[in-house]
This record gives sequence, structure tokens and C-alpha cells, in this order.
Amino acid sequence: MSYCPNTPEDIREMLAAIGVASVDALFAPIPAGLRARSFALPDGTSEQELLRQMKQLAGTDRPVTGFIGGGYYDHYIPAVVDHLSGRAEFYTAYTPYQPECSQGTLQALFEYQTAICRLTGMEVSNASLYDGGTALAEAAMMALRVTGRNRLVIDGSVNPFSREIVRTYLTNLGVEIVEIPARDGLADRPALTAALTDLTAAVILQNPNFFGSVEDLSDIALTAHANGALLIASVYPISLGLVKSPGAMGADIVVGDGQSLGNPLSFGGPSFGFIATTKKYIRNLPGRIIGETVDKSGRRGFVLTLQAREQHIKRHKATSNICSNQSLCALRGMIFLASVGKEGLVDLARLNRDKAEYAKGLLGSIKGVKLLNTAPTFNEFTIVLPKDAAEVAERLLGKGVAAGVPLGAYYHGMDNCLVVTVTEKRTRDEIDALAKELEGAL
Amino acid sequence: MKLIYEKSVKGRRGLKLPAGDVPRAADLPADLLREEPAGLPEVSEMDLVRHYTNLSRRNFSVDTNFYPLGSCTMKYNAKIIENTSALFAGSHPMTPLLPGGEAFTQGSLALLHGMGELLAEITGMDEVSCQPLAGAHGEMTGIMLIAAYHRAKGNRKKYVIVPDSSHGTNPASAAMVGYEIITIPSAPYGDMDLDAFRAAMNSEVAAVMMTCPNTLGLFNPHIKEICDIAHEHDALMYYDGANLNAILGKVRPGDVGFDVIHVNLHKTFGTPHGGGGPGSGPVGVKKALIPFLPTPRVIKKGDGDFALEKVNSRSIGRMANFFGNFGVMAKAYAYILMLGREGLIEVSEQAVLNANYMMAQLKDHFDLPYDKSCMHECVFSASRQLKHGVHAIDIAKYLIDRGYHPPTVYFPLNVKEAIMIEPTETESKETMDAFIAVMKEAAAMAEKNPEALHEAPLTMPVSRLDETKAAREQNVCFGPW
Repeated sequence: MSYCPNTPEDIREMLAAIGVASVDALFAPIPAGLRARSFALPDGTSEQELLRQMKQLAGTDRPVTGFIGGGYYDHYIPAVVDHLSGRAEFYTAYTPYQPECSQGTLQALFEYQTAICRLTGMEVSNASLYDGGTALAEAAMMALRVTGRNRLVIDGSVNPFSREIVRTYLTNLGVEIVEIPARDGLADRPALTAALTDLTAAVILQNPNFFGSVEDLSDIALTAHANGALLIASVYPISLGLVKSPGAMGADIVVGDGQSLGNPLSFGGPSFGFIATTKKYIRNLPGRIIGETVDKSGRRGFVLTLQAREQHIKRHKATSNICSNQSLCALRGMIFLASVGKEGLVDLARLNRDKAEYAKGLLGSIKGVKLLNTAPTFNEFTIVLPKDAAEVAERLLGKGVAAGVPLGAYYHGMDNCLVVTVTEKRTRDEIDALAKELEGAL
Repeated sequence: MKLIYEKSVKGRRGLKLPAGDVPRAADLPADLLREEPAGLPEVSEMDLVRHYTNLSRRNFSVDTNFYPLGSCTMKYNAKIIENTSALFAGSHPMTPLLPGGEAFTQGSLALLHGMGELLAEITGMDEVSCQPLAGAHGEMTGIMLIAAYHRAKGNRKKYVIVPDSSHGTNPASAAMVGYEIITIPSAPYGDMDLDAFRAAMNSEVAAVMMTCPNTLGLFNPHIKEICDIAHEHDALMYYDGANLNAILGKVRPGDVGFDVIHVNLHKTFGTPHGGGGPGSGPVGVKKALIPFLPTPRVIKKGDGDFALEKVNSRSIGRMANFFGNFGVMAKAYAYILMLGREGLIEVSEQAVLNANYMMAQLKDHFDLPYDKSCMHECVFSASRQLKHGVHAIDIAKYLIDRGYHPPTVYFPLNVKEAIMIEPTETESKETMDAFIAVMKEAAAMAEKNPEALHEAPLTMPVSRLDETKAAREQNVCFGPW
């Protein structure tokens, strides 16, 4: 089946108007020798059959009770998020290049930018990037542009996937990336300071970090600034209900993944990345930016602004190659934040922390289990098991419990470590069951 | 309309959270605590629903208005594909990365692998990575693959060639990977100037990025020759798949000689644009480039199970946190399965028929710089209207008043006052006829009453906005707070 409405009669009339004998004649500009050698696709199907087939495929996935994060978090999505973002006027609209007929998208994204600024304690935000990892890479490239330097210092407790994206993005650009291994799950301050030189464009950290530890980065911001470098902080937005904002800690560029703000896990995408900075760096921000203005009669309106930075104007001199962002996911993030609200985000963050603290107490008291460090945590923490965490995690997974992320694959010498995540969706019973299963597996 | 922040009332709540079923934890240490809650809106759910419902009504969209928008294939987005992607919404992307976790996500992995196979067959490539998150991200990935290929061979390359009619993302993506750009002008016949290309080609060129049909909607008859010339210099051919909607089942870029391709699932494969994303930009490659594909890579094992290849020392590495915009892929996968072989061929045939019909009906009223059979889109110029002081943007704004999203204007850059129209295959003859009548009306008005066009649009919530003020004041965040 297809969604082509023209009838044979329509087609005859159209061919006559064009002055050709057949549809095939319209493909005459394609040299005969270049025609497709194969197009071996299945026959089409109906909605009903398609749905059956897709249900069967989705049914092959086996459900697990998840205590896993790694940048993606299983948070509750308020019903209004799906209903409002699913409005076809948002869903099937194009990039808002024509502002008069796109005020819906533009105003919603302006509200989103405002929410990101307020959440992160920064002055300006763009209208979203692809995801948290690519946002970190864009932030790194932005810092290189701003400072004109070519060296980055990155803390080892930044999400390993995001660090890998930064490395991949910069492979061909002759940038030196210095990774400073974390010490006991915390930023190694003396080593970070020692790594700073007058060529360092930025120090990159994550808070809470990959091990779950929460730190005040203010001192590192001061050290970085004293060396003429920027501080880039990657943050988990839900944690900002409780944790001091990166802006208050002195960060110059703040990024993160917006999945936790109303976007489903959906096997890793789509979500959105956010990026926020201070006013003085706005011209170096990548991606779309929405700005407020007025029309001829003085009515408030919103437009894509500072487009002269972008690829469709600047081509190879643009600040980034980004064209589409993740508008709809950012809209979902905005609706999520407005639904949860100012006090609600504090309560939600507290609920996450309460559950995680309960789990931490329970798991930490199992014989032979230790906590990686005594640093405060938000809704993730790392435990050290008396044996290989991968083995234990696999055994628990067999029972339908994804107990956490074993660190051996990502950190040398941390084979016994497991990062456990507890969101507000996990119940006390599930946490108790996790503790029981873990104890049994040791 | 007020901002949601201006509707905020202290103490008002929306979502009700569950009561805690565990003891309250001690507070974080004071030096880590936020001083003030973030200034998010405080609104009831009713306020919230009304606000965003009314905002949505200030948008044009495919479901409400015809979008004859060149270069971005705004076709109908089938509703069933939303239902199918929702089936996978709860799947955590860390699961398959856990020890033994692949067994728990065989359905999702099968979909990713199947998507790659379908796209490989459609484009004539040997393997497809679904990791890139958008078209431009796919371009960047593709150019990185090309850089890795050259590095592995010890080739010293520093240039990427693009035609002047290319999408801005092409040179921008190549520049992000560190290449210098050589821009080739278009010849009077509308395609990249073959002689200029030959003259520019040298052993330091890493890649040639082409869109075929190009942004003028023209299929380059010399495309094979261009591929051959590039290959003689061990330069690779990059195919920008933005215009793939024109050639499904007719031409496969891989057969022609292209080495790398990205496709835009949100264009050709019917997934919604969402007001500017999420997109999805899978990248297809020929055999020689497979070793460099991003990790983790989805593979099918001998026993028929799906697995992730997580480590590969030759890979360019990771381009996204996980496996790509899976939810978008689930929709495109459903779309391809539903249309099938014949349906996809019909897509291109009808898209090309509609574009040629549009061109035939309007070419007496607007200048047509390249008057020959087009593919899925055609590019007019408002140069005739400019004699009366009417620009392409004035016509665009008039169309808004008449209920149409404007065509793409001022692109491609090599056409003065460009008006680029791509009707797509999902529009009927009646819809196009009505649009054609309005375009003719605009052309007549340009002669008789040009002033009226300068005032448009008058029917929208706002008239033309002061973009200079926006750029000067840079008010991008509502405050103070």
C-alpha cells in the first residue's frame, strides 16, 4: 500500500498537462545504464498485518526490572506529555523558518530555553541538540573556538560513552585530550590541576558523575578560570531539583541529556541534548536559537535568531553542521517540567534520592558489599562486590532484574564495581527484592 | 499569547507525585544544595493543557496545511507508525550492553539490524549503521568514515569537493571533520560544472559530496563519470540522501558508484519532522568502509541471534550515546514494511509526476531557470516579479495568508530569488491545482498590486517580525527570575 491519492484519471490528466506519454518517460533524464540493479524488498502489507508483525517483534524483548542508568533513566512520564506533544500541529510541523505560521513551535522552544537556563543557572540556551553525548562534544568544540586553544582535560568519571563521542568527534582535528582517571569515584583535583596548561581550552566534568557521586565543582571552576580555561559541566537535569546548579558552581558551558525530562527510554532515542552558556559566548553556541522580537504592530513574537552562525548561511564556516535539532523532544521536556512544576521538581528529586538512599543502605549492609566512597549521591551509587560484578549482574538478569551497570567493561581494575540506579518508579518491594537477590548471588 | 511563565501562580501544582514508600533521606550537605528551586512554571494541568493546545494552533503542519517545501520532503506521516514505535518505548538501551543482556533485547536488535538491511538494499550499499541521529550527523559520520579509510591507507588528503548548489550541511560537516572545502560552480545546464570539477580534482581530494538529483531537482547525467574521475584519484563519493524520495527503486546510489550515503528517515521514510526534529540519519557504506563503522554495531550471529559488536580497533568510535534514534527507526521500518517494494516505487513515481505537473502549470507565470524535466522538485525564480519590486519572500508570505506553508525560498543559492517546490507523492491533483491557482494569483498581484504582497501575512497571530531586533537584543530567555 502507499499514501498516493491520485487516481488513474488524475494521472492521465497530469501527464497530458506535462506533455509526456507515461510516468516512466519522466525518468528519462536517468541514463539507462544507471537504473537500479536490484530492489529486493518484501511485498507491502496492511496496517492490521503490520501491527501484528511489529507486536510480535516487540514481544521478543523480555521485560526486566531496571536499576540501570548510564545516561538514560526510567522516569515516569506524565500523561499530558504524550497528549500535548502528540498534537499534530507540533508533531508534523517543519523547522520554524517561517515564523508567522510557526509561533507555536517557536514560543514553546523559547519557553524551553528559559527552563534550561533556570534549571542550570545559566544565561542562554539553544533550542536543543541531538543527545547528551553529542552535546558534550559540541561543548568541547565550542570551548576550542572560544579560547582558540587546542587541549582538553576530561575527568574519567564523565560517562564513558560521552567521552568516547568527544574523542570520535575530535579525531581529525589535532586536539589533545587528556583524561584524568577518577580517584575513588571522585574527580582527582591535584591531577586535574596539574594537567592544566596555557593551551587548555576546557576542563570537562560530570555531576553527578558516572559513579553517582555528587560534588561541588566550584573550586575546579576557579582553577580552570585562573588558567584561562572554561569549565564544561555535564549534568542530570532531574538532580537539579536538589543539587546546586552548575551555573552557581561557576560552569561556563553546561550540557546534559534531556531523556529524563519526559522522553521514553525507547532503546536509546530519540531524546535531546541541552546546552547552555553565558551571554558572552552566545555567538559560539551551536544549533538553533530562538529569540524574542516584535512584529510591525509591536506584538511580541519569536524567530530563529543569530542564523548567521548556521550552516545554511555560513556553510563551511558555520559554528556547527547541525540542521535539525530535537524540537519535539525538547517540547516534551518543557511540558514535563511545566507539569512537574517548580516545587514538584524538588519533590521528584527528593523522591529519587530517598529511594536511592534506602537502596544504598540496604545493599551496603549486605555482607561483603562496600560502597565505593562516602561522597553524597543522588539517585545512583556504586557498590563494590566481593566478586566479579559482571558475573553477578548476569545471574540477576537471568531472574529478570537488571541490578546495575558493572564497571569492568568501562574502567580498568573496577571489575567488582556495580553502579545501581533507583528512580522514583522503583518500589520498596522491588528494592527489597534486589537486595535479596544480590545477597543470594554473592 | 502569554508565556507559560506569565501564567504561573505561586503554589499552584500540576502533576501529583506518589507518596514515598521509603524513609525520608537526610538532606544533601549544604554546600551541594540548591539555594532556590529552579524558576519553573507553577500551573494546573488544565492551564498547561490549554496553553500548549492553543500554542499548537499557532503552527502550520502537514496535518493542517499543504507544505510544498523544496529540499525537505514534507510528506504525510502515517498514523499507524506511531502505534508501532510505541511498542518499544520501555526498552532501556543499557540492557543489551549488560553481560547476557542481548538475549533480553532480541526484538529491538532485530529491528535495528533489519532496518540496516532494508536501507542497504534500497540504496545499493553493503552495510548501514543506524547510529547517526540526523541527516547532518550522518554526513559527519560518513566523512569521518572516509577520513578513517584514507588514514588506514596512508593517503594524504585535505580537501572535500562540494557543488555550489549543495545543502549547507555538506561543507559544514566536512569542515567539522577538518577538511578544507573546494566549491565547484554550477554550469549553465544546472549541474555541477564538469570541466571545473575535472580541473579541481587532485590527489589530495578525500571526497566529493553530491546530491543527485541535486537541489534543483535535476538528475546529473554525468554522475557516473564524476564517480569514475573521483575514484581515479582514490577520492570517495559521498551521496547526500536528502533527495532520495525521487529515485526509490529507480536508481541505487551504490550501483552508480557512490561509496557512502546517508538517508533522512524523516524525509523519505515518512517519519514526522516534529517542528525541527527528531530526525534520523543512517549511513550506508561499501565493503571497504565497513571496518570503520561506528560502534556498537549490530550484527547477526551464525545461530540467527542478534548481538552487539562493542569493540573494534578500526572503528571511528561512537557517534551517539546508544544505537541511534531508535524510535524514529521503528517508524521508518514500519513505513517501509507497509509500503513494500511496489509501494516505494510508486512513491518516487508519483512524487516525480506531481513535481513535473507543478512545473508545467506554473512555468508560464514564474521564471524557470532550468527548463527541463525535473525529478521530485522544481526551482522557479521570482526574478520576473522582482521587476515590480516583489521578492520571493513576499510571495512566500502571501501564501501563508492563503493557508499554504511557503515553498523553500532563496535556496539553492545559485538561483536568484529561488522558489523551490516539492509537492511530494502524498498530495492529490486537487490540492496542487488549488495551490497552483493561488500561485498564479500571486503572480498577477505582483504586477497589479505589489504593495499588498509586501504587507503579507495579515491573517496570522503576528505579521512579519523584526529579525534585526531579535539578533541585536539576543533575548533568548524570559526574565528576570
